[in-house]
Amino acid sequence: MTGLRLGLALAASVLALGVAQAQTPTPKKGGTVHVVVQPEPPMLMQGLNQNGPTNMVAGNIYESLLRYNEKLEPQPSLAKSWEISPDAKVYTFKLQEGVTWHDGKPFTADDVVFTLDKFLREVHPRWRPIVNAQVEKIEKVDDLTVTITLKQPFGPLIMTQEVASAPMIPKHIYDGTDYRANPANNTPIGTGPFKLKEWKKGSYIHLVKNENYWLKGKPNLDEIYWQIIPDAAARAVAYETGKVDVLTGGSVDVYDVARLAKLPNTCMTTKGWEMFAPHAWLTPNVRNGILGNKQFRQGLMYAIDREFGREVVWGGLGKLPTGPISSKTKFYSSDVPLYAFDPKKAKELIKASGYKGETIRLLNLPYGETWTRWTEAIKQNLEDVGVKVQVENTDVPGWTQKASNWDFDLNFNFLYQLGDPAMGVARSYITSNIAKGNPFANVGGYSNPEVDKLFAEAAIAPTDKERQELYTKVQKLLADELPVLWLLEMDFPTIYRCNVKNLVTTGIGVDDGFRDAWKE
Amino acid sequence: MNFLKRFARNRGALIGLIILVAVVLFAILAPSLYPQSPWRTVARPFLAPFMMERFPLGTDTLGRDIASGLAHGARVSLTIGLVSTIVALLIGVPLGAIAGYAGGFIDDALMRFTEFFQTIPSFALAIVLVAILQPKLGSIVLAIGVVSWPPVARLVRGEVLSLKTREYVQAAITIGQPTSRIIWSQILPNTIAPIIVMGSLMIGSAILLESSLSFLGLGDPNLMSWGYMVGAGRTRLLDAWWISFFPGVAIFLTVLALNLAGEGLNDALNPRLARERE
Repeated sequence: MTGLRLGLALAASVLALGVAQAQTPTPKKGGTVHVVVQPEPPMLMQGLNQNGPTNMVAGNIYESLLRYNEKLEPQPSLAKSWEISPDAKVYTFKLQEGVTWHDGKPFTADDVVFTLDKFLREVHPRWRPIVNAQVEKIEKVDDLTVTITLKQPFGPLIMTQEVASAPMIPKHIYDGTDYRANPANNTPIGTGPFKLKEWKKGSYIHLVKNENYWLKGKPNLDEIYWQIIPDAAARAVAYETGKVDVLTGGSVDVYDVARLAKLPNTCMTTKGWEMFAPHAWLTPNVRNGILGNKQFRQGLMYAIDREFGREVVWGGLGKLPTGPISSKTKFYSSDVPLYAFDPKKAKELIKASGYKGETIRLLNLPYGETWTRWTEAIKQNLEDVGVKVQVENTDVPGWTQKASNWDFDLNFNFLYQLGDPAMGVARSYITSNIAKGNPFANVGGYSNPEVDKLFAEAAIAPTDKERQELYTKVQKLLADELPVLWLLEMDFPTIYRCNVKNLVTTGIGVDDGFRDAWKE
Repeated sequence: MNFLKRFARNRGALIGLIILVAVVLFAILAPSLYPQSPWRTVARPFLAPFMMERFPLGTDTLGRDIASGLAHGARVSLTIGLVSTIVALLIGVPLGAIAGYAGGFIDDALMRFTEFFQTIPSFALAIVLVAILQPKLGSIVLAIGVVSWPPVARLVRGEVLSLKTREYVQAAITIGQPTSRIIWSQILPNTIAPIIVMGSLMIGSAILLESSLSFLGLGDPNLMSWGYMVGAGRTRLLDAWWISFFPGVAIFLTVLALNLAGEGLNDALNPRLARERE
């Protein structure tokens, strides 16, 4: 009896130990991780270039004031703490102590002021409009304190300090130089957990541990190799043969995802894209005849089998959207008119709209097989309800040109939400963003003064509650008007070996660096 | 010995002709065999062949009937093959005839022009043309025609060179027939046989060229063609081989049949050559 009890107690304690270990495993030091990056980044100077692949690699070299968790709440990074004044106009950032650049020089408030007020104001397409329209001044208080004073309350400001949106740039290297021509762009100097050791063009980018990283004990890994493999099928094979440990989101084709996820010691996560929350849709060019008719657009929405697209074309990844704001983004509201797949209703609406059999040109997005399949499926959906569709195929430059010059009837697109509707959502619907030359502007040409007003007011409303009310209104309005046909809240799964731990810990995922990652 | 008998003596040619007739029938009957659009989803995706009677060849990534795609694709492939060959002949025959008959500087100039096209890899040129003109039925036909006329021009030139020294041509010149009439009514009718043989072989290579373009995603996105089907299925080759396999077989059989039949035509139209071979 006692023996049994003892045994039980022992087993229990062993179990408890096991559980405890599973909950808080001690990160192991050292190790090398191989990650794919595709396509090869044009450069690694993140202040000057924010392409997807640049962000993935450079997010380890550079850092920003804040990080964001999966709920998109701000977390400390280079800023130890921050305060917002009661009138919501002054943001005070306290910086971490003992931070140095990769070249040994100390990181101070001067660098922050230089970065935000001079460098990024000049070169960063996302920061420039914000700083010019909203910010009155950016000042150094002391070596470790910076304040940003706004012209009026602007809630989204706290969401702008993500590493790709506001990477800290060393003043001692860039001040007074021609930023784009500075030779230091080839040898990026940041404060991040990893340093650039070697970039063998067309082959790999080799990052090594920053021994003097300000967060003691981090990073855990010694080295990261970013492997450049141009072909999607070859990337999948590289994972299977063990050449790489991590396949970043979007680096293998959708149909390979399910197969790879079943391999032994393989984990998959769709987390780490909360900040970007890619939202895919079809843009009708409302300038072109019948597409300007709301009933016709609603008819199209009822005609498209979006669930089929999600389930069959995208292999079950993602979620059906209800409106302009992704359900992953703040201020989402589900209180909107919904469009289920209903060909009968679609036919009625299209008939009522006065459609006379005009051919609608559908521009395919040349981002690979999956998009082409989606185009084919949607074309068939529309033809089933009597809409004549002509698919147009082109390459990426051709697509960019056609989309930016409004040369389409229906066009696929997917845009990042960037954490706040004021940054990632409004741009696709407001009148002031109808401009040729940018495929990610309001290319459909939808213009509604009420929508403009709601978005403008929502961006600067002082409290979240007031912002939510305005955004709820605008979502309801847009879901009825359908300036674009929302198709999918996309998921980009990251596939990795299960012994790589803590890989995706923030709302930016792999892009936010391998600071906390470790290898078992 | 008549033409048909001579043709039938060649076993291969006969088999080729039978396959060809079958493919043409399949293409002609496609709308009544498969009245629905081949792009329509009809069953669950990745249905293997011979699993369901209604879909003997299975379904593709989006659940579209592969048999229906094959039938409708046959129309596209054959039409493009035929029309683009006609385009090539329309360019090649007059150029060759003029060059051969005129000789001298005109011949030199036209032949250098032909060589210019022959030195550019034809597939690369076709890709460039289609990419510039946007992938549409018209531009694909044009591109295939433009890259495949040089051999025709050279063939016709050679024939004309030898024919223009014949007595009956000399006689026509002597009695004062205009040059255009001599070329049109005296010389060209006698070059028809080799042109027909070459044309039948060219249809085969045009189908291959169109398939290659479609495979690379440069086909007309609104037309179901065999090359497109192979291309769209290639990424799933490991787990759904049938999506690419059946259209691949269709391309193979059709091109083979065209070559066999072309060979037979050659024998039948050129009896002396055929007899020597035996």
